[in-house]
Amino acid sequence: MTTLQQLLQFPAIPEIALLVMTCIILLIDLFMGKKNNGLTYMATQLSLLITLALLIQLHSIPSQLLFHQHYIWDLAAYFIKLCILVFSLFAFVYARDAMKTLRIHSGEYYLLGLFSILGMMVLTSANSLLTLYLGLELLSFPLYAMVALPRQSSLSAEAAMKYFILGALASGLFLYGLSLLYGVTHSLILPTIHQNLLMGGQSSALLSTSLIFILAGIAFKIGAAPFQFWVPDVYQGAPTPVTLFISAAPKIAGLALAIRLLVDTLPSLFTYWQPLLAIIAMLSFSLGNLVAIVQSNLKRMLAYSAIAHMGYGLLGLVAGTPMGYTMSLFYMLAYGLMALAAFGLLVVMSKSGQIEHVNDLKGLNARNSWLALMMLLILFSMAGIPPTVGFFAKLGILEALISVNLLWIATLAIIFAIIGAYYYIYVIKVMYFEEPEPTVTDLPVANDAYLALSINAILLLILGLFPSQLIGLAKAVFFTINHPVY
Amino acid sequence: MLLTLLISQFSLFIHQHLLSLLIWLPVFGSVLAIALNGDRYPQRARVIALITSLITLLLCIPLYLGFNPALSSMQFQENVSWISAYRINYALGIDGVSLPLIILTVFTTLLVILAAWRSIHLRVAQYMAAFLLMQGMMIGTFAATDSILFYVFWEAILIPMYLSIGVWGSDNRSYASIKFFLYTFFGSALMLIALLYLGLHNPEHDFMIAHFYPISLSMPEQVWIFVAFLIAFAVKIPMWPLHTWLPDAHTEAPAGGSVVLAALMLKLGGYGFLRFTLPIVPDASRLLDGLMIVLALIAIVYIGLVALAQVDMKRLIAYSSIAHMGFVVLGCFMLFAIMKQTHNELMAYMSLEGAMVQMISHAFSSGAMFLAVGMMAYRFRSRLIKDYGGLATSMPLLASFFMLFAMSNVGLPGTSGFVGEFMIILSAMQASFWITAIAATTLILSAAYTLYMVKRVFFGEITNPLVAKSSDIHGFEKLVFILLAFAIIFIGIYPAPLLTIMHTSINSILYWSLQTKL
Repeated sequence: MTTLQQLLQFPAIPEIALLVMTCIILLIDLFMGKKNNGLTYMATQLSLLITLALLIQLHSIPSQLLFHQHYIWDLAAYFIKLCILVFSLFAFVYARDAMKTLRIHSGEYYLLGLFSILGMMVLTSANSLLTLYLGLELLSFPLYAMVALPRQSSLSAEAAMKYFILGALASGLFLYGLSLLYGVTHSLILPTIHQNLLMGGQSSALLSTSLIFILAGIAFKIGAAPFQFWVPDVYQGAPTPVTLFISAAPKIAGLALAIRLLVDTLPSLFTYWQPLLAIIAMLSFSLGNLVAIVQSNLKRMLAYSAIAHMGYGLLGLVAGTPMGYTMSLFYMLAYGLMALAAFGLLVVMSKSGQIEHVNDLKGLNARNSWLALMMLLILFSMAGIPPTVGFFAKLGILEALISVNLLWIATLAIIFAIIGAYYYIYVIKVMYFEEPEPTVTDLPVANDAYLALSINAILLLILGLFPSQLIGLAKAVFFTINHPVY
Repeated sequence: MLLTLLISQFSLFIHQHLLSLLIWLPVFGSVLAIALNGDRYPQRARVIALITSLITLLLCIPLYLGFNPALSSMQFQENVSWISAYRINYALGIDGVSLPLIILTVFTTLLVILAAWRSIHLRVAQYMAAFLLMQGMMIGTFAATDSILFYVFWEAILIPMYLSIGVWGSDNRSYASIKFFLYTFFGSALMLIALLYLGLHNPEHDFMIAHFYPISLSMPEQVWIFVAFLIAFAVKIPMWPLHTWLPDAHTEAPAGGSVVLAALMLKLGGYGFLRFTLPIVPDASRLLDGLMIVLALIAIVYIGLVALAQVDMKRLIAYSSIAHMGFVVLGCFMLFAIMKQTHNELMAYMSLEGAMVQMISHAFSSGAMFLAVGMMAYRFRSRLIKDYGGLATSMPLLASFFMLFAMSNVGLPGTSGFVGEFMIILSAMQASFWITAIAATTLILSAAYTLYMVKRVFFGEITNPLVAKSSDIHGFEKLVFILLAFAIIFIGIYPAPLLTIMHTSINSILYWSLQTKL
């Protein structure tokens, strides 16, 4: 009994359990999945729920380092993993029904997803350069494969190729940056690197070179400009359930990567990375919002919108205060929820034909006013109109920027937010102000997805009206002293 | 015994949360209208909306009776910490400036709901829900004493307004609604930056509007904040040259939407000048008051001339609204010139008070005219003046009511339109003859465009065969007009109750506007 309890108190138990269960599901899917369609799905959701339960019962465990300091357990890890698991649960609920119509072997989708989730969790808990890289690759590789799942589709194949080649390049750059950092500081362990950097004496040329490569890697992984080229193609080319998966949880994992490296390890280089990150952020939100305006493909438009949102999300890090970091985390959570709901809605609606173009949403209000209302909430939240959570996320970012006197960045950010509002309200116009074609039929939606979608979208409103709790949680990550054991 | 206890508890609760109830009851009503499947059973939605708005009107009675006009501080205050991480409070309260506007909001929404009773058939529940939501958000905007809460309500109004123009509007509605949304969103976004800046630079580190008043700010800071506020309020009120969204939005919106736009939405701009610009950045206001006066005069004269050339009734009334709101801006910003010329605080006070009265009276007259045009457009499917003529013979009741509203719009003594314009012109006279002279051309211009329209629509030959056999207004339509006519004449003849309510609060605004913060 005591051994079981000790085992449960072991901070890496969620990852271990997830790995074991994923392997079991792999076998189940191999031998029984073909005949029994729903089985893999049920097993996947069950394993995610078990992992979630294991994680939650760890909530009071103090911060600690494991595996020769390569693995860290702290509040940030706990909180971000929680979000990743919840987001993935929602994503799979939306995807279930649509996977049947897509004629893809759905077991592979769930399994690749599970491996990717495992990668995200490892990444979130990384305390050394090696674990970081390991987590990052484990997160990325299943995604490349997922994009290529529809083997007959040339669009998917192209997207997967692009994603893989650019991804491999970015990983290479990132790894090169890490190796330089390792060379300069003589350590793989993040806190030790931090200590060594504080003592000084490193070559600043090497450090800034490595920083540029690292930033390029981070920007690529979350899809921020000028490393955004894969985003529109992949979002459009991948089957919508895959886009749904890519759009939410990996972004938060990407932010975790940035927090671990920039905030925890390299705060002494803040003057180096702040301007670079500011440029990345500003490029992202300006380019994303401007290009999204001319898109007629809904998935492509949301892809550019994602680029813009990544820009806003990074602005909190640019502010460089604990409050700013909190706001970045909060922003990414809010965005994750919005993206999940938006793509979830597209996935759910795609049962009666793929939803690709903005015009496919024509007259949604007349066809299904509840779904239209949910999409309305999502879009206004993305545009940052109160009282949705999107507004409060932007508000926090702006407040953090103004508090460190970066007024001009704040002004620029808000001006591009206004420009971006155009394409969101354009979609609302199509849904509400136009009548549907007489030929389209009503929308059949699976009950569980319907419920999950309603919860998800209404959550955007509820979190907007009462954001205090969530901000408090995000704040605890950066304001509690039990942060790393430096 | 228990019953009396319960009743007393209940009335205490109502009294303490009066403002919250006024905000959230309409929101609840709108959810109810949608949830009870009002789109399929329209009568249900209509009744729910009517009951909700009647209850809120009843709640205005204790609000009015319990309000103490002698206090300059906020009353009926509620203050709960809302988002502690940002130090934003859910803080409500009213003073003499917001009370009349809140009562106006409730009154107008009731009229809109009554007017839509017969004329709206498409998605009735969504229509009612949108207008109830607007009522709640509007009251929230007027009652918020925390600037971020104010901003949240201010922006939230855009959502139902955007939908109401777009869904129930006429042919060119998509263009008008998107233009409306982007214009107003653009205007207010910079205000958010200014509010955040003020919040982070006040010693209390919170966003209470009252805490912004004593902050000392340097001149460049003040000018920047002034500009940010100006863009926000100038778009809303609207001032030339940021007014172009308004004629489109007014023309394309359904009758109810036009009424809410004219009667309430535009007032947000004037309210903003009084609540934010003047007390928070008085030095910048003094520095730039010349600019504001010039813009106001352009609005009065140039837009008045533009109104003369309109062929669409709604467009004409929309331009007339802009011209009248120019008067409000003039009233708000004349006070520095008056103080410089005469040091007569009473005249400066009268100028501000005139601006407030003008806002209220404009709400009645333009709202009433929009409703009347809405009724005509519903009957004859046209808003163009040339399609009418001789309407007075077949619809004498409508014609006589419309005449009254038109007279109020012109500013005939005895109607509410006269009081505000007279106060502003009288006080402006103390400062500059020429400004007054130019402003006074509005009396001629507004008479010209309004009466010219009335003449062409109601008198003369009947050219349209439809007009000849139309029936006059009836039922709720009559009720709506009687209520409006009563309000216009009451304020025109006996404005004292309104002035008493505002007196102390306007004095306090004047006090802050005449401080220097450098």
